[in-house]
Amino acid sequence: MARDYMKPRRRIFRKQKRLNRSMAGNVTLFIFMGICAVFMAIPLVMVVNNAFKPLDELFRYPPTLFVRHPSTDNFNDLMVLMSNSWVPFARYILNTVIITGGGTLGHVLVASLAAYPLAKHNFPGKKLLFNMVVLSIMFTYQVTQIPNYLIISLLHINNTYLAVILPAFAYGLGLYLMKQFMEQIPDSLIESARLDGASEYKVFWTIIMPNVKPAWLTLAVLQFQSMWGNTGSTFLRDEQLKPLQYALQQIVNSGPARQGAGAVVTLIIAAVPITFFIICQSSIIETMTTSGMKE
Amino acid sequence: MKKKVEGRSYQNRELTLGNRIRRHKASYIMIAPYFILFFLFTVLPVLISITFSFTDFNVLEFPDFTGWDNYIRLFLDDDIFKIALKNTLIFAVITGPISYFMCLIFAWIINEFKGKLRAFLTLIFYAPSISGNAYVVWNLILRGDRYGFLNGLLIRFDFMQNAIIWMKTEKYVLAFLIIVQLWLSLGTGFLTFIAGLQTVDKNLYEAAAMDGIKNRWQELWYVTLPSMKPQLLFGAVMQITQAFAVADISIQLAGNPSVNYAGTTIVTHLMDFGSIRYEMGYASAIAVILFLLMVGSNMLIQKLIRKVGK
Repeated sequence: MARDYMKPRRRIFRKQKRLNRSMAGNVTLFIFMGICAVFMAIPLVMVVNNAFKPLDELFRYPPTLFVRHPSTDNFNDLMVLMSNSWVPFARYILNTVIITGGGTLGHVLVASLAAYPLAKHNFPGKKLLFNMVVLSIMFTYQVTQIPNYLIISLLHINNTYLAVILPAFAYGLGLYLMKQFMEQIPDSLIESARLDGASEYKVFWTIIMPNVKPAWLTLAVLQFQSMWGNTGSTFLRDEQLKPLQYALQQIVNSGPARQGAGAVVTLIIAAVPITFFIICQSSIIETMTTSGMKE
Repeated sequence: MKKKVEGRSYQNRELTLGNRIRRHKASYIMIAPYFILFFLFTVLPVLISITFSFTDFNVLEFPDFTGWDNYIRLFLDDDIFKIALKNTLIFAVITGPISYFMCLIFAWIINEFKGKLRAFLTLIFYAPSISGNAYVVWNLILRGDRYGFLNGLLIRFDFMQNAIIWMKTEKYVLAFLIIVQLWLSLGTGFLTFIAGLQTVDKNLYEAAAMDGIKNRWQELWYVTLPSMKPQLLFGAVMQITQAFAVADISIQLAGNPSVNYAGTTIVTHLMDFGSIRYEMGYASAIAVILFLLMVGSNMLIQKLIRKVGK
């Protein structure tokens, strides 16, 4: 009887026909979710608005959330700062492209290559190696930071791109997600390729890789996020090698006089990874469905 | 872990270990690039950290073996480490579980919606965790003068007369850091839960309704959660590890050192000795403690979650 009354809501709420769902519950959740979403969104809304606020609005009392007279002054300021920088800004951008591009590509390749045997072969030591990778996602990079610096110095790759790129190849989370995703590829698919005489490398390239596209997109996005935030401060000493993130942070940290340009920078730093996520959202969610830990 | 039944034809028990290794040459070659780097940049550093933690090492001179000295100094003489440990534990005990349940509850509610709205809500909740250092806008919200949003709001509605310097007042620092950390914490674990909820077999819900499940809460508890246990385990790892690693937001919002060390955490303490004072042996001991805390609590929680429903 209540069905006709609820008809227009069908498009918003998932399956009104779904069992055990009450109207009151739906409304409560909708309101609750709305409030939480506003709390989550306000700081990011501020980031966007600040970028377009002219200087007098940035220092207005009482402070306002939304911009009143949007201007592109801050963007122009940033352009001026960029064109006056000691190292040409294009150089920072090139460095970032090399570092994030190299790190992301290498990670996806190296991790996928290792994930395939871990998921589908049965070689001695496999469990031990995988358990070590799982253990490695239980702690953060700060634990290994000091020895890492020494190792990179000993390898004589300090102050080169490799110092930032190489360690990024071997992140644990990427291998873990890739291996879990590959496990769902049916064995029969691999067996039939083997019967046709394909080598393991051929199986990897022609059967496995095309089938795990969502996973490598996910690895790429996750890796990009962490590479993008890397300022390279410990390992890259030469100004010519520093990534964009470093140059941008310098502008943010240079005080109230550059607050306008700093607001634009914060917007750019946030907008890039968010854009990548929007593009790849469905692939990422698909990959995460297999991310669970076995009991 | 349950033992898998292997259906491989070439998996023969009579083969010796050497034979089995030779047979899987291709596998070892394929994993080699990753694991060489993994050993070099993850396994070896952990071992080196543990070794250094028993030495006095200033980078320039060869390390001196000093036994348990660093640990004794850490726990008996270093008052700031005690504060750092206390803050980190408070942080982890509060933000770990709360962020875990936030991830779960928000993911569950988002799963009630569909299509564009669901994708949009996912984005809103996930975006803070990937927005780089956008959390510096909290500096504007928590600014100590009347120009700060929080002060402005509270003064305008007459909750108080004068602005409070939030991040320089000891009793507020940790509370606000926790709020900001929670805002940032809907990351990989959150996505995992959203994905996990979509994989739950729809037929289970119908069967449950027949069996007398009356509302969505019972459905969540008796049907949904038990069938997404693997995701619950993985999400826990993500949230716990994150909860122990708090440092950057403390430095950016409360300063380093913060007022009366109210925002000092193990990681900021580690950075203090590692990258400012160059006492690498001592810093390594701090890193080892951090490692044990992170891995230990992860293992403990894994055990607990595995027990659920058994």
